[in-house]
Amino acid sequence: MLSSRTRLIRDMVRIRTVEEVLADYYRDEQEMRTPTHFSIGQEATAVGVCAVTTPRDWVYSGHRSHAPYLAKGGDLEALVAELYGKEAGCSRGRGGSMHVMDQAAGFAGSAAILGEMIAAAVGAGWAFARAGERRVALTYFGEGAADEGVFFESLNFAAVHRVPVVFVCENNQYSISSPLGVRHAPGTSVRGRAEACGVRSLAVDGNDVFGVRDAARDAVEHARDGRGPVLLELATYRWRAHVGPGLDHDHGYRSQEEIESWMAGCPIVRAAGAVRDETPGIDALVESWRAEFRREVHAAVDRAKALPFPDTAGLLSGAYLPAAR
Amino acid sequence: MRTLTYWQAISEATVQCMERDERIFVAGEGVDDVAGAFGTTKEAFRRFGPSRVVDMPNAENATAGIAVGAAAAGQRPLVVHVRADFMFLAMDALVNMAAKWRYTYGGDKGGVPVVTRGVVGRGWGQGSTHSQSPHATFAHYAGLHVATPATPADAKGMLVQALTGDTPVVLIENRNLYPLVGEVPEEPVPVPFGVGRIARAGTDVTVVAASLMVHEAERAAEQLAERGISVEVVDVRSLRPLDEGIICESVAKTGRLVVADTSWARYGFTAEVAAVVAEHVPHALRAPVRRVSLPDSPAPVSHPLEEAFHPNASSIVSACLDVCGEAGAVLPRLASVSAGFQGPF
Ligand SMILES: Cc1ncc(C[n+]2csc(CCOP(=O)(O)OP(=O)(O)O)c2C)c(N)n1
Ligand SMILES: [Mg+2]
Repeated sequence: MLSSRTRLIRDMVRIRTVEEVLADYYRDEQEMRTPTHFSIGQEATAVGVCAVTTPRDWVYSGHRSHAPYLAKGGDLEALVAELYGKEAGCSRGRGGSMHVMDQAAGFAGSAAILGEMIAAAVGAGWAFARAGERRVALTYFGEGAADEGVFFESLNFAAVHRVPVVFVCENNQYSISSPLGVRHAPGTSVRGRAEACGVRSLAVDGNDVFGVRDAARDAVEHARDGRGPVLLELATYRWRAHVGPGLDHDHGYRSQEEIESWMAGCPIVRAAGAVRDETPGIDALVESWRAEFRREVHAAVDRAKALPFPDTAGLLSGAYLPAAR
Repeated sequence: MRTLTYWQAISEATVQCMERDERIFVAGEGVDDVAGAFGTTKEAFRRFGPSRVVDMPNAENATAGIAVGAAAAGQRPLVVHVRADFMFLAMDALVNMAAKWRYTYGGDKGGVPVVTRGVVGRGWGQGSTHSQSPHATFAHYAGLHVATPATPADAKGMLVQALTGDTPVVLIENRNLYPLVGEVPEEPVPVPFGVGRIARAGTDVTVVAASLMVHEAERAAEQLAERGISVEVVDVRSLRPLDEGIICESVAKTGRLVVADTSWARYGFTAEVAAVVAEHVPHALRAPVRRVSLPDSPAPVSHPLEEAFHPNASSIVSACLDVCGEAGAVLPRLASVSAGFQGPF
């Protein structure tokens, strides 16, 4: 039996391994024809928060969708099939990497337009409350999406109506290649914005999966108990390019030093270090998990490739209900 | 004449106008980065720096309103969206403010000459919210000018027109046009809005198109010429104002009309062109109008669906054969102008 702490590490290793392998396929084959935003380096935010949710809680995300989807228990094969554009994909090949959904797991959807799912999550949380259900909606977004008007409007409404929603801001300091400094005034924070709207908020080290999990547990409980929305600002860092499988370390918008220092603070390495006393075999475990998940994702890729593409005769299917066309 | 690519032409127009008018500034997300909005803002940033090529927070709604306010106060903002889909977040400021400003305050207090460029994505699974062509959406509203340059020369000339005119302008650029090479005047000569262009002369059928579809229509015309069908391709260049005369004259001559667009048919560009012909030269038509447009669904991501979704030269060929009474004919499929586009974005 794994302890709850080692299980979090295992979940991070799974996401890391899946994304690394998918990125290699993406680069080498050019068959996943869908703009894809990898979360490599940001696994702790996905895993730490989703770990405290129930399947009946709903999680939304923006464009950087795979990690929250998988952390919430989204089906891996359906994700991989979606990336290959197959009919068996979680969005039947219609949505691609930025529009994934697994309702059974409680992953309620990701969207490509910044900020959309912030409002959608407030709507879902409000619907839960109106129906008298003790469920919580959570929404992942970057600090870049926190510049959109819809973020402020959603915070305000959620606070006024005590909506059971948890805003999960993954602050990786960049919006594509724009650093925080040109977008946010000095001395301000996303957390502060939420506070100004009357939303309880907390800044947390987003690469410390245990700290994230603890903060998220409090936040979800708070929301579930009807005490109002909570925002978590989680400091983390993206290792790869904004979009696509490659590295952009030579693009000049961030220093090699900065990248290396964040990579040295890898959330998996840090978590493994933190449990080494209680679980001396953690490094061997991590290695064996890597091998296991590599096999899992390679197998998912093999299966996805063998699956059929959507039939072009069904191009319009899904735009309307058949009778409503 | 020397040649430039479409994106270089936009870049040159931007730089030359900024040199001549220091009130012009560029605003957009990432306009100062290595990609420089597909290269179109790179040289401007190098020349004029961050005070005149401004990296904006992700705030399309406020950005558009800020641009309106700056324009009212005498500045000349050029707002850039690397996906035209993001302009939907700017709708209020563009439609309720910019389009109406001059008129609503009496028509005699000045306008707000905000220029907004939106780039249309397509290919590589850009999908439902990264590949829309909203030119007709904006052209619906009186008070805006909407241009869809198809050639490098027009890309330059129409941006010059926008940056030197007094009307708020929306320019919609299909990203698949960026590598296109063509002759471009060295001087910043404006290309007026509302004056269409015969991209290819013909006698049997008129294809009216905008932007990327002009090139698909030219490919189609070449193939149909081999079959003895002479196609006239009309590039409207701007949707508003719309050169009704050039459309009607061409249809009066050919008696057949195909309208080709990268957006949907309902209430769109193809509908408007068909209505103009029905209003002004209803008796000229010897066959029903055919529209080449998007199927009635959002854009899919999956490659085979995406290929089936976007109309191209072969879709135009089929429509032309149809109006010429040769509906059954099958010609070899033509590659799209956008063929070979690579990811990841
Ligand atoms: C409304 C809107 N504007 C712009 C974009 C283009 N865009 C996609 S991702 C992105 C950066 C977002 O940064 P952030 O929210 O911090 O997320 P990160 O990519 O860092 O995870 C931008 C500007 C978009 N998708 N939607
Ligand atoms: Mg970010």
